[in-house]
Amino acid sequence: MNPSIEIDGLRKRFGSTQALDGMTFTVGPGQVTGFVGPNGAGKSTTIRVVVGLDAPDAGSATIGGRPYHSLTNPLGHVGSLLDAGALQPSRSARNHLLWLAHSQGIKPGRVDEVIALSGLKAAARRRAGGYSLGMRQRLGIAAALLGDPAVLIFDEPFNGMDPEGIVWMKEFLRELGAQGRAVLVSSHLMSELEDTAGHLVVVGRGKVIADTSVADLIAAASGNRITLRTAAPADAMTVLTGAGADVTAAGSGVLTVSNLSSERVVATLTSHAIPFSEVTAHRATLEQAYMELTSQSVEFRAEAAS
Amino acid sequence: MTTKTVTPHRSPVTPERESLWYLVHAEWTKFRTVRGWVIAVLLTIVAITAFVFVSSDVSSSCVSSSGPSACPVQPTGPGGLPVLDAFYFAHQPVAGNGTITVQVTSLTGQVEVGQARNGAPQMSPGLQPWSKAGIIIKENTSQGSAYAAMMVTGSNGVRMQWDYVNDTPGLAGRMSASAPRWLRLVRNGGTITGYDSADGTHWALVGTATLPGLTSTVQAGLFAAGSYYESRFCTFDSNFCTRATGVFRHIGLSWPATGWTGTNVGGPNFGVPAPGTLRQSAGEVTVASFGDIGPAVGEAYGGSGQSLQRALAGTYFGLIPLIVVAAMFITAEYRRRLIRVSLTAAPRRGRLLAAKAVAIGAVGFVAGLVAATLALAIGTPLLLRAGPLAWPVSLLTEARMVVGTGALLAVAAVLALAIGTIVRRSALAVAVVIVVIVVPYLLAFGPLSGSQPQGSGPGGGGGWPLQITPAAALSVQQAVPQFHQLLAVYPLSNGYYPLAPWAGLAVECAWAAAALALAFFLLRRRDA
Repeated sequence: MNPSIEIDGLRKRFGSTQALDGMTFTVGPGQVTGFVGPNGAGKSTTIRVVVGLDAPDAGSATIGGRPYHSLTNPLGHVGSLLDAGALQPSRSARNHLLWLAHSQGIKPGRVDEVIALSGLKAAARRRAGGYSLGMRQRLGIAAALLGDPAVLIFDEPFNGMDPEGIVWMKEFLRELGAQGRAVLVSSHLMSELEDTAGHLVVVGRGKVIADTSVADLIAAASGNRITLRTAAPADAMTVLTGAGADVTAAGSGVLTVSNLSSERVVATLTSHAIPFSEVTAHRATLEQAYMELTSQSVEFRAEAAS
Repeated sequence: MTTKTVTPHRSPVTPERESLWYLVHAEWTKFRTVRGWVIAVLLTIVAITAFVFVSSDVSSSCVSSSGPSACPVQPTGPGGLPVLDAFYFAHQPVAGNGTITVQVTSLTGQVEVGQARNGAPQMSPGLQPWSKAGIIIKENTSQGSAYAAMMVTGSNGVRMQWDYVNDTPGLAGRMSASAPRWLRLVRNGGTITGYDSADGTHWALVGTATLPGLTSTVQAGLFAAGSYYESRFCTFDSNFCTRATGVFRHIGLSWPATGWTGTNVGGPNFGVPAPGTLRQSAGEVTVASFGDIGPAVGEAYGGSGQSLQRALAGTYFGLIPLIVVAAMFITAEYRRRLIRVSLTAAPRRGRLLAAKAVAIGAVGFVAGLVAATLALAIGTPLLLRAGPLAWPVSLLTEARMVVGTGALLAVAAVLALAIGTIVRRSALAVAVVIVVIVVPYLLAFGPLSGSQPQGSGPGGGGGWPLQITPAAALSVQQAVPQFHQLLAVYPLSNGYYPLAPWAGLAVECAWAAAALALAFFLLRRRDA
């Protein structure tokens, strides 16, 4: 089976909310695909549809071309972490993994392997109810890896992790992708996926806004803009606007210039004898690119801000 | 990581084939790894076993109008079975092999409808279904002795009965003066064969009775017995409330005739309110009598022995922790959203429900098996302190009680699981399960325990809760038998249920099946 996830035209409505509105994208093998968007954009619903928990109103989601419910011993094909809190609190972590292993015909020895992989060895025989959220995330990762699947899906795996855990998780995800698996990681914070995800699917209001590589996304968001530092911003704004540029103030003594190449900016300023200390091509951060993309789709943005 | 392969990747740790047993194993692991659930099921076993000490606390004294008194002696028949043996017997001694033949021309009945000033019963015509008159060969005239008889009955045609518990039908249909019945008994050693005929010429074999150890000289003759009639005017109990009168002609004995002697078998001091009567006229003998001949079961049993089923009286109390666990077996997953993990492991949802049902059903079955075995092992000697059991219980019956209790608990657990799946919330599920399973039982033994079936055929007390609710399954624990030929009150307090053992369990199974079907439908349809 091809390690991939194909999501095609998913639509789903909860009451008056259109949770999924034609969600379409593909997750390929060999890299981590970031699945980002604001809360309520439809990430968790999409994932629940992929693993067969929710039925879509329209569209389809398949794993290597096959619907999830048709997979034999599905945890051997797809590992998923949807909700780290989904535990019987009085059951130990090891027993939680043990019943999961039994359900797929996996040998109990594998349970101890994934406990070691997820760094839970010391706590494996304690009640899972006493775990911190970060430890529960590790237990969820262990459960997802139990069947050594080619496709992995993690919904908000960084939630509740301490900084050390986040570093560990990022490295872990990269490694899983490098092994040739198809890894889909959702997050509402782009910073968590920076330098982890090779590919990004940005969603808002139930559909894909951008489906691109990280490099392309940043380039697109950066545009043709220039950052200008000057002691006379008012004069600079006047002459540059006169030369056909769009100029906005980006702080005290800092202007952002677009629609004019850096050579023309320097020439214009020099010819009018306006002093400047710095002219640099603007580079957006992934976070900024993401904010720009999703600002239109964040629901009730104005209300939330007020 | 364990693999260094780049695409495509195939899991090396899961088998290529799947099996429902993987899921059952997983569900069993889920059960055994929650300590509270294991303790609750152990509590089920302990409750059922420990209740024996409450339920078997029987006093050996009976209560009469003047206070506690010695219990009446229950007559016993061949094999020590308690018997009802009170009737009027017109007999003569006969030795060795021979034949008795008779024509019955009339069977009429009278029932007690009130009392005259002097206390004598007032009678009115009324023939009862099992009122009987016919010929009988009986070892002697004392209660409980071996016998075989051919008889006509009120509405059950010609019957051959022997040794209290055996009954075989002969000619069907109602007899009358224009359609008399001929009856014949042939003795050959320890074997007595019954024949009947509509015309005295063409005879048909009805049955063959083997009476082991029958003495050479026995009593042969004519008898009548009123059998069962229930009325508030009954001076004694329901088996002495109606009188049957049989008219006999063409009496033929192959033995030398010595003349009829009339004996009230078992009476008149054993409850027969008025002696039976014998009238002889030219070519005709008339015998009339109250009473009955048959097994002493139901209300007809007058001894102090208990039904072995009392040892299992704690079943319903023990059931409560089990059904709470069985409901929580799925509602806890909904509460913790663990159901999503379970469903990603078993995306074909019917299989998950089936695996859960098998696992929790097996837990219930084993718990019931262990609890019933312990309860019978401890309860039997405790019950025997008060004397022999009301009815001897065969090993097969004990096995049915034990296996049946296991099945009862197993099906109750599955029903609770199904209800938990339907309602998804623990508290609501437990409340529904208690209402459906436990409340009918309490109703049956409380307010409705006095309700009795009327009229045709055996049936125990308890009313509708023990017929149409899951509590009907309690009938698998019935240790005392019922006999179709003995119409009687079969009260719940004597250990009688309205349904046959497996029929009651089938009612519970039907509930569980219906609930499982609805649970399956909803589980498949709903988003998790």
